[in-house]
Amino acid sequence: MKFSLSWLKDHLDTEASAGEIAAKLNEIGLELEGLENPAEALAGFRVARVLTAAKHPDADKLQVLTVDTGAGDPLTVVCGAPNARAGLVGVLGLPGAVVPSNGMEMKKAAIRGVESNGMMCSARELDLSDEHEGIIELPEDAPVGQDYSAYADLDDPVFDVAITPNRPDCMGVYGIARDLAAAGLGTLKPVPDRVHEGSFPCPVPIAIEDEDGCQAFYGRAIRGLSNGESPAWMQARLKSAGQRPISALVDITNYVMLAYGRPSHAYDIAQLSGTLTARRAKAGEGVTALNEKHYLLDDSMTVIADDAQVHDIAGIMGGEHSGVSDATTDVLLEVAAFDPVRLAQTGRALNLTSDARSRFERGIDPAFLAPGLELLTGLILDICGGEASEAVHVGAPHAGENVVRYEPAMTEALGGLAVREEEQRAILTALGFEIAAIEESGKRHWAVTAPSWRPDVDGAADIVEEVIRIKGLDAIRSVPLERAEGVAQPTATAVQALERRARRAAASRGMHEAVTWSFLPADQAAAFAEDGHEPWSLANPISEDLKVMRQSLLPGLLSAAARNRARGADSIRLFEIGRRYLRGKGGASDERLTLGLVLAGEKRARGWQSGKAASFDAFDAKAEVEAVLAAAGAPVEKLMVMGEAGSAFHPGQSATLRLGPKNVLARFGTMHPLIAKQFDVDGTVVAAEIFLDAIPAKKGAAGFTRAAFVPPALQPVMRDFAFLVPDNLAAGDLLRAVRGADKQAITDARIFDEFRGAGVPEGHKSLAVEIVLQPGEASFTEAELSAISAKVVASAEKLGASLRG
Amino acid sequence: MALTDTDSLRADALAQIEQAETLDTLEAARIAFLGKQGSISLLLKTLGKMSPDERQVAGPAFNGLRSDVSDAIAARKAVLETAALNAKLAGETIDLSLPAPESPNGSVHPVSQVMDELAEIFADLGFAVATGPEIEDDWHNFTALNMPESHPARAMHDTFYFPDADAEGRSMLLRTHTSPVQIRTMLQDGAPLRVIAPGRVYRSDSDATHTPMFHQIEGLVIDKGIHLGHLKWTLETFLKAFFERDDIVLRLRPSYFPFTEPSVEIDVGYSVEKGRRVVGGSGDDDGHAWMEVLGSGMVNRRVIEFGGLDPDEWQGFAFGTGVDRLAMLKYGMDDLRAFFDGDLRWLKHYGFAALDVPTLSAGVGVGA
Repeated sequence: MKFSLSWLKDHLDTEASAGEIAAKLNEIGLELEGLENPAEALAGFRVARVLTAAKHPDADKLQVLTVDTGAGDPLTVVCGAPNARAGLVGVLGLPGAVVPSNGMEMKKAAIRGVESNGMMCSARELDLSDEHEGIIELPEDAPVGQDYSAYADLDDPVFDVAITPNRPDCMGVYGIARDLAAAGLGTLKPVPDRVHEGSFPCPVPIAIEDEDGCQAFYGRAIRGLSNGESPAWMQARLKSAGQRPISALVDITNYVMLAYGRPSHAYDIAQLSGTLTARRAKAGEGVTALNEKHYLLDDSMTVIADDAQVHDIAGIMGGEHSGVSDATTDVLLEVAAFDPVRLAQTGRALNLTSDARSRFERGIDPAFLAPGLELLTGLILDICGGEASEAVHVGAPHAGENVVRYEPAMTEALGGLAVREEEQRAILTALGFEIAAIEESGKRHWAVTAPSWRPDVDGAADIVEEVIRIKGLDAIRSVPLERAEGVAQPTATAVQALERRARRAAASRGMHEAVTWSFLPADQAAAFAEDGHEPWSLANPISEDLKVMRQSLLPGLLSAAARNRARGADSIRLFEIGRRYLRGKGGASDERLTLGLVLAGEKRARGWQSGKAASFDAFDAKAEVEAVLAAAGAPVEKLMVMGEAGSAFHPGQSATLRLGPKNVLARFGTMHPLIAKQFDVDGTVVAAEIFLDAIPAKKGAAGFTRAAFVPPALQPVMRDFAFLVPDNLAAGDLLRAVRGADKQAITDARIFDEFRGAGVPEGHKSLAVEIVLQPGEASFTEAELSAISAKVVASAEKLGASLRG
Repeated sequence: MALTDTDSLRADALAQIEQAETLDTLEAARIAFLGKQGSISLLLKTLGKMSPDERQVAGPAFNGLRSDVSDAIAARKAVLETAALNAKLAGETIDLSLPAPESPNGSVHPVSQVMDELAEIFADLGFAVATGPEIEDDWHNFTALNMPESHPARAMHDTFYFPDADAEGRSMLLRTHTSPVQIRTMLQDGAPLRVIAPGRVYRSDSDATHTPMFHQIEGLVIDKGIHLGHLKWTLETFLKAFFERDDIVLRLRPSYFPFTEPSVEIDVGYSVEKGRRVVGGSGDDDGHAWMEVLGSGMVNRRVIEFGGLDPDEWQGFAFGTGVDRLAMLKYGMDDLRAFFDGDLRWLKHYGFAALDVPTLSAGVGVGA
């Protein structure tokens, strides 16, 4: 909402400066977004008279002028305008001034060999209008030497205020003036209350068919008017609001809307036939609006139509056909009350915004239909002449009395600010509230009636807000929240603690945490879709690239990896912790906390010690997964390596880690080369996802005490075995079998060699296993060691292994 | 044998030992003098055949000779061994200006770091961390926050919708703010309540300063006798702790949010140093201005009712702000879009070390 200081002063009698008003607007909740004085942009432009004009010696279209600036010697100015001539009074820009239309600073310069000391300006150059046929011509008697902005009355600061949706009353300058007056910044002037009786019956019948959509339709005709330009004062006000003056009638309706928040419409009676009715549009009906666009309507939309066609999308925009023109002599004025909900839906459906819509949506003052109509009438009669008909009032706006039970002590209880009762009463009264003190069984309270222009008032808290915002929130003192005794208690849930540990574990392993979009292009999402979970796909995505909610963190990370590769990164280690979006119960989402990681490019750069660069392989992904899982508190030693990592992975180089056969804690491996290609990541890419939500909570007694430390008395004993096993036997299975051979004695077993080739039959491999035997009270005897070895071999043989000779 | 002979034997032995240049020649000398057939060993054997008188004189002399020679051999051996070791080590010199093996350094994203900082600060004030779904229904995201179907504020939220409805017929959408967590927490935990709710939120908006996904943090206090003064203190305390400055000055401006009444926007004073906004001081001071940092207010009665609580018994305040923006203000990033690109160069520049765990005792922030 933009308005000038002089416009505000039409409604507010005040001595306050623009700066004081600006500060007060912020204080009372009318957020100031800008305060600009158009005069500042015109600094350095002054009224000047052309004394002589002669042809430029070296250019056909230029003239050399001598210009009187009102001070000192006349200046030489080169000018290309056809209307430049001796005697003309215009606007001269001096060196140092900045041309408003293009931001260029003017300098003394030689133009074709003649020095020019400034520029005679066109209206367009000064951003005053589109006029650029020639330089500005001012009246003969314009005071030479005066600043142009002062001469043209442009020294008028313009406020730009953001109005919150709850304040329809401040969608007009008058409402803002009322708030400022209540805040002590002046006296509110009354609204002119001239009533026009009308000298003839309204010639256009008015009717309401759609009572839900249109509660009231007040109208009146004015005949015999002439629609010329609006007066300069009105044009100046409209321009300060950022509106372009169009014609007197249009300007007057706009002015009443901007000044009083009251939208209206003027129909050219010559274009109407029959009764003007507020009704529901018929499906398939259309109207070309004043913005010259055609809108197809449906039967949920309220329109104003005559017997022939639709003339107005109710409360949003008028139709082009019956819009007023220079030729208009008779108009019908419409001042109506439309249902804000239906109107908002219509506006959204048509994707059509307007100043009128934004006011109706917030809620117009139901008591201001008749006064609005009279204001319009008076302005039209004054400016355009003509003769007014009797006013016709069809329907009545919904206007229930809004009474709130309030206790003055609430400003302190809710607002933290004690305000004396008299002061509260003064503030509320100035804002238009009416107060009745009521005594009920010995207890006093106030019945506060909200003014008709404040549909937002909904309870006592609103009254508190009114009082404290006008009183000033600065006065509220900080009061500490009560603090629990002692040191602050831990607040993180188990999941939050787990997430933090996983994050810092991953970072400590050399990976960088990224945050990528939750939504993906459909094809990327599809490549990582989860079986049985229809993806969540936006109905109104901002672009096709941000459409489908991810079911894996890997696509976002792969795209990030590709971007990094394209920027020349050699080695990429990225991870992200975030949610995967699946389908939950009852149509809700099931959002699962997940850590994804992608390793691409060089695992190790070439080096003087290590030789050639090395790429990542699936075991690097496995190492990260195990490290993060361990940090997150998962029982890593109990996890089984199983298949089914998903089709996005290399079928032979990927696996899942499970706790039991069903609970998948992670998947990892080499990305399928087709996926790497789809995401444009060259070379080998390995990746993993850790399903943090699947990690079981730690069991066991709470507390900090750990089990007692009992180091074994005797040194462990090592034994090595080499087994010949079928090629397809998983080393992990062999290890599990070996460890299980004697759970008491064997405390660890690990593979230290895998070999295929000479001496190993086709279809087999050799696996070398080292086992660690921990003696208890006494050392193992040879017989015991032999027995354990025999058990190990027997266990392995069950899997088809044989001890190598 | 005359005692003078022992003197010449000693001189001879010591000379040979001194002249030995290698451990081998030294060993040969040891055998020649102290070996089984060595001259000194043989001399010692003669003691047995001597008379007690003779032995009394010769014994100490011969034994002295043996120990002198033995000591000299040990000393010479040590010298030769040290020289040999030194010579060996001299040949093992390496160029330690060559680089050591590298291990990669990872990082924590600024959004995560700042969320950890916030959790730490608010834990001290007794606030727990609450979460809720990002794919929400319109009841939790709007209706229960006092934004019924027709509310104009709904249209201002630039909401992303799904074509789906849940079992209760509620439209599904991407939450436009973290405020639905207020409702979920009240319904689940009742009152009194102190929580913060950080997380991803979504608006259909994309330009230089807006991304369709960003992070918010919500705060909610429900208790008895809570008023705007408590809100002011809480936000002052939080901002002082977050920016680790005591000169934080807030300006409260009346505003409007459907879910709070009264509603207050919070500005903080700042100045511009080296082209960057630095929080601190009053916005009315010279060279200072105000910047909006938080939206807040007293929780609307209807919202408390929707949260299943009695608004005549409980009241409280709520606030919300952008986490990304807090991070930018504190650590100096200037482009929000870079937060979501995964550019390793940016992550290395603005990310945090794994060990930078925010703690109150060390200061929650990480120095530049």
